[in-house]
Amino acid sequence: MPDASKPDQNGQSIWDRVAVSEEFRDLMATKKIFIIPAFLFFIVYYFLLPILVGYAPQFMSIKVWGNVNLAYLFALSQFFMAWIIAGLYVKAGDDFDRISKDIIEKALKPELLKGDK
Amino acid sequence: MSAPLVMFLVFIAITLGITYWASKRSSGSSAYFAAGRQIKSWQNGVAVAGDYMSAASFLGIAGIIAFQGYDGFMFSVGWLVAYLTVLLVIAEPLRNAGKYTMADVLAYRLKPRPVRALAALSTLTVSTFYMIAQMVGAGALVALLLKGSGIGYNQAVIGVGLLMIVYVVFGGMLATTWVQIIKAILLMAGTFLLSTLVMAHFHFSFGEFFGAIGHVTYHDKGQEVVKDFLQPGLRYKPPYGPLELISLGLALIFGTAGLPHILVRFYTVPDAKTARHSVVWAMALIGTFYIMTTFLGFGAATIVGRDFIGSHGGTNMSAPLLAQALAGDIFFAFICAIAFATILAVVAGLTISASTSFAHDFWTNVIHRGTERKPGEEVRVARISAFVVGAIAITIAILLGPTANVAFLVALAFAVAASANLPVIVLSIFWRRFNTTGAVAGLAVGLIASIGLILIGPSLMAVDPPTVTGSARHLIQAKAWFPLENPGILSIPLGFLGAILGTLLTNEPTSTHKFNELLVRSNTGLGAEKATGSH
Repeated sequence: MPDASKPDQNGQSIWDRVAVSEEFRDLMATKKIFIIPAFLFFIVYYFLLPILVGYAPQFMSIKVWGNVNLAYLFALSQFFMAWIIAGLYVKAGDDFDRISKDIIEKALKPELLKGDK
Repeated sequence: MSAPLVMFLVFIAITLGITYWASKRSSGSSAYFAAGRQIKSWQNGVAVAGDYMSAASFLGIAGIIAFQGYDGFMFSVGWLVAYLTVLLVIAEPLRNAGKYTMADVLAYRLKPRPVRALAALSTLTVSTFYMIAQMVGAGALVALLLKGSGIGYNQAVIGVGLLMIVYVVFGGMLATTWVQIIKAILLMAGTFLLSTLVMAHFHFSFGEFFGAIGHVTYHDKGQEVVKDFLQPGLRYKPPYGPLELISLGLALIFGTAGLPHILVRFYTVPDAKTARHSVVWAMALIGTFYIMTTFLGFGAATIVGRDFIGSHGGTNMSAPLLAQALAGDIFFAFICAIAFATILAVVAGLTISASTSFAHDFWTNVIHRGTERKPGEEVRVARISAFVVGAIAITIAILLGPTANVAFLVALAFAVAASANLPVIVLSIFWRRFNTTGAVAGLAVGLIASIGLILIGPSLMAVDPPTVTGSARHLIQAKAWFPLENPGILSIPLGFLGAILGTLLTNEPTSTHKFNELLVRSNTGLGAEKATGSH
């Protein structure tokens, strides 16, 4: 790639131009729409486990199937929660890769970037 | 020769063969430190799982569940869910922005020397503490397994130490990666076999299995006790139990994404996409493994029993003793060999991350301001420091002895990773205003807070009865000042606070200037390190 850190005649480097381009904002928006809700959801879902086990042990000891209680089932569900979020993220990631590839191609030919100069 | 010894020797022979193969292939820094960035996603995923599933997971968790039931399973849950932080927040930006170490990302737009010096200190702290815990465990385990063969604790520690030095010094990251892969496959296979045998014992009836967990019988202070091991609360009791659980959860969820030996694995793959896929591979393996700890732990509790395990080597022997009870001596030997492979692979992973950080961060960038004086100097320094790190770990493990109370060192590693490393990595990637003072303050406060709180917590401060002697005694014989074993609940917010206050109190325009560059590079991979060489 060309020397990206050198500013051009407008005093802007490739990085600055990409950072303000429509494509890059699109990438960041696409990422945020998935990552922020996914992160908040998993944090809440995970910390419910120690909080409930710690502060409501009687409730978590309710037997659901044979000797299997809520505490164990909720703990087990965490594994599937993690796998499902990971699976969804990989799917969403294909979009990130597609937009990123587009940005890299255009960054090497800066005149193609839709800036807001 | 005993069966375990034969299986150890087979594993050692195979891994040394790989090391020889890798040493013929690796030349140049990128090959030595990052396996030429040519590792495939499934390979790296398996290797991440291998680096992560330590003896503390395999032997430790089986033991905690066997002795304290459900509460032990909480570790299993946290250790998997933690990978969502790695996946969603850390893996891809790190791969895109860095080169060999965690500090690369921090130094990207901050003043490199102070930031790298502290990051190297934090990496070395996490790695050596974790390594010493593993070495003491390895020595005690091998000595117990090979009882009667003339190999004692000291010889076992020296053997493990020398092997890890050989892997790292001669084979670099490529050999270390393949050692992890073989170990992870062995560990999964052994755990799967053991779980199947446990279920066979209960006639493949989950009802019968969970029914048996409902009334586990053992002796406590001479009294016969019957407990439902699926009930929470056997380990974490009031008043501080609930807080301890939350604090543990915080340390696991935020600590995993700050463990240097896990982070360096993402530099071994060609791009961010492969890094993402490798985390998912790792999560598939790690999750399956930790679900199976249900069978290992509860199986040991119901089939072998606390009383028997307690008198035959203690909690850590739960999984091997379960294997012996279910399928006899040869299977016992196989499970022991897997435990040995597990420890060896993890210490090798820790050694390479510690020596890489010393050579790349401290030697090249802090002392020599970013230039190699001779080509190949960085790799040579890394090899020498791998040797030194190994020698130090061997010496400390021998001085501490097999009965040393070292379990807290693993908690410490996670606490430092979560309180010192994670806040500054996250802030440097996501916060435009973040600066050098903030990074230095965050790293320093996180390190001091986690070490300090463990020092005054119940792991090191307690009043032992006179029957406890030598290095098994608590360091400080007084009531603990801080009530929790895991300081995360306090030290993680302190780490973030240090980083944020340090930033807000100072002004550093250059760090903000380069933020666009880091932002674009870490999110798109524009200008990221390319894969080199081929194998």
